Amino acid sequence: MSETRGGEPSAQKDGLRSLPLSGHVGFDTLPDQLVNKSIKQGFCFNILCIGETGSGKSTLINSLFNTSFDDSMSTHFHPNVRLKAQRYELHESNVRLKLTVVSTVGFGDQINKEDSYQPIVDYIDAQFEAYLQEELKIKRSIFNYHDTRIHVCLYIISPTGHSLKTLDLLTMKSLDSKVNIIPLIGKADSISKTELQQFKRKLISELVSSGIHIYQFPTDDEVVSQINTIMNGHLPFAVVGSTEVVKIGNKMVKARQYPWGVVQVENENHCDFVKLREMLICTNMEDLIEQTHTRHYELYRRCRLQEMGFRDTDSENKPVSLQEAYEAKRRKFYLELQRREEETRQKFVQRVKEKEAVLKEAEQRIQAKFEHLMLMHQEEKQKLEKKRKALEEEIALFNMKKANAELLQTQPMVSTPVSLKRDKDRKK
Amino acid sequence: MEAAAVPQELPPDCGVHELFGYVGIEAVLEQMKVKTMKMGFEFNIMVVGQSGLGKSTMVNTLFKSKVSRKASQPGQEERIPKTVQLQSVTHVIEEKGVKMKLTVTDTPGFGDQINNENCWDPIIKYINEQYERYLREEILITRKRKIPDSRVHGCVYFIPPTGHWLRPLDLEFMRRLSKIVNVVPVIAKADTLTLEEREEFKQRIQRDLKAHAISVYPQEDFDEDPDDRLLNDRIREKIPFAVVGADQEHQVNGKRVLGRKTKWGIIEVENPAHCEFPMLRDLLIRSHLQDLKDITHNVHYESYRVRRLNESNRPALSSNNGLPGRDEDGDESNL
Repeated sequence: MSETRGGEPSAQKDGLRSLPLSGHVGFDTLPDQLVNKSIKQGFCFNILCIGETGSGKSTLINSLFNTSFDDSMSTHFHPNVRLKAQRYELHESNVRLKLTVVSTVGFGDQINKEDSYQPIVDYIDAQFEAYLQEELKIKRSIFNYHDTRIHVCLYIISPTGHSLKTLDLLTMKSLDSKVNIIPLIGKADSISKTELQQFKRKLISELVSSGIHIYQFPTDDEVVSQINTIMNGHLPFAVVGSTEVVKIGNKMVKARQYPWGVVQVENENHCDFVKLREMLICTNMEDLIEQTHTRHYELYRRCRLQEMGFRDTDSENKPVSLQEAYEAKRRKFYLELQRREEETRQKFVQRVKEKEAVLKEAEQRIQAKFEHLMLMHQEEKQKLEKKRKALEEEIALFNMKKANAELLQTQPMVSTPVSLKRDKDRKK
Repeated sequence: MEAAAVPQELPPDCGVHELFGYVGIEAVLEQMKVKTMKMGFEFNIMVVGQSGLGKSTMVNTLFKSKVSRKASQPGQEERIPKTVQLQSVTHVIEEKGVKMKLTVTDTPGFGDQINNENCWDPIIKYINEQYERYLREEILITRKRKIPDSRVHGCVYFIPPTGHWLRPLDLEFMRRLSKIVNVVPVIAKADTLTLEEREEFKQRIQRDLKAHAISVYPQEDFDEDPDDRLLNDRIREKIPFAVVGADQEHQVNGKRVLGRKTKWGIIEVENPAHCEFPMLRDLLIRSHLQDLKDITHNVHYESYRVRRLNESNRPALSSNNGLPGRDEDGDESNL
């Protein structure tokens, strides 16, 4: 019921006319409106920090955000790699940032490091999964959903000065399609300047030859493209972190004090910390969030939906096929459920029958025993009857004899009672 | 192979932290501005009302350019269409580096028939079609980076300046449409009402709307915080705005102003004492444009989506006649 007019000869290449305005309309406030809305909502930023124990992760985060997050040093004896996540809320002027820092615990400590990267991949996938689940719900509240997807991964490489470790290669390879990776060289104050250049070159060439995609700062926007290109050439950043302050001149600066000198964290000649902070927070935070959402999340979503069996088949079946697929799946699931229920019920009936049989048998046995006992009881009784009768007869006989004896006693001599007595005793 | 944080739970909140020095977080605002200016904005507006109420003139005045062609110009067909037909025109306008793709949907034929029953149906159908289009793009597996947004962000409804009450057609239309789109009612051709008549008319309209539980933009339910509520309350007191549209300039006190010249004076469109056009423009463009889009996206589109996705579940539910708990909590992905 709607037609689009616009086939003027002066049409632009996308078929849309560009109209000149004859006065101030006022929609140039649109970006501000948008920004105000975002300020009200607050921003969410999630950082994943991967590095071996003692590589300086916590100190780096503390230095980056100029605050001290609670962290005690962790031991080297964890049996497997875990992830520790903590949420913080930072305020600066009118911006509220909900920062989540996830760091690995026990990375690179185990003797067998085969499974080291798996928990990390699982965690990242779990965050994508949670978002996907929320998006697929019927009644969803996606606009105030607290986004937990990891926006950037700071990978801290140990400052050996030689090359990437196998563990690093493996981990980064498994993560590069899921998250924006920014490789850093931690504790860079242990490498000299010349060694550092060589090390960086070696690292970059290794990354390229292994086909690992690290995050490139965007160079398509004129405002930031120049600085981003320069920064891209400085990757990986060699950083030093510190939360202690040292007095240099008349200023207190974050630094590490050695007997041979002071390494200043925010001095560009000493390390790339300032560059990292610039790039990460001031210039590209928004881009990191966007890349995560439009590239990594979409990839995950695509793979996952295909896994679940959905397809975008022909052009007229698009949404229907999704729902039909849902339908089919639900039906299949329900049938499966029914089948399992039947099975369980059959098994149950079977078991009941068996048990009944067993019980019946037992009952019969008991019955037989009972009858047998009854029989025996009867026999015993009869025996006793007989004995009783016999005894009674004997008593009767004895009484008769007694009567006879008493009769004789009234007539005869003295000796008979004695013999009678003896007889009586004998008889008894 | 354990992850410390289960997906559905958020990691422990360690509260607000003090920053010891400047970090640079607020630069993210600037980044956001730059990004959005590069991407450009889209805004889709629909004007509804009987013919002759000055819809096209109003749109042209709002955007200070010849966006719509007036039906009353010579050379145009002056035929009232038999059914409501919707016509969309899209333009790109730019101001101070901000590019906006503006789409104006006009509805000639609305309310012009003798029997106007269901004349809102084509409009509702159009609005739902736009939601459908967006939904289809959104649930694709391989989706576009930026989904083209043709959903109607605001619908300006023109009330004829009778000065009495809202007519049954007005009530019916606004009732149905305020559920699916942001409706901004305006009193058209308000130069036929004196200021007192205007005020009374407005009061009666407000009472009517309240009596029929029609919630027009800005809706009370979506006020986010007390500041918003205060601002929106002030706007709500003045709804519907009494507007006059004009696209010709005249000379007043040595200045050139947009206005209508009549025998008894010049009605200056942008003079707040004459009509409330500046307020309408401020509402629609200068202060609440993003809000209109957000409410369309977060509320109206979501409710359409819920309805649409539940539609296909209904027949399945009746055949499954079991497992009632699964669809009630709306979690369809529990497959």
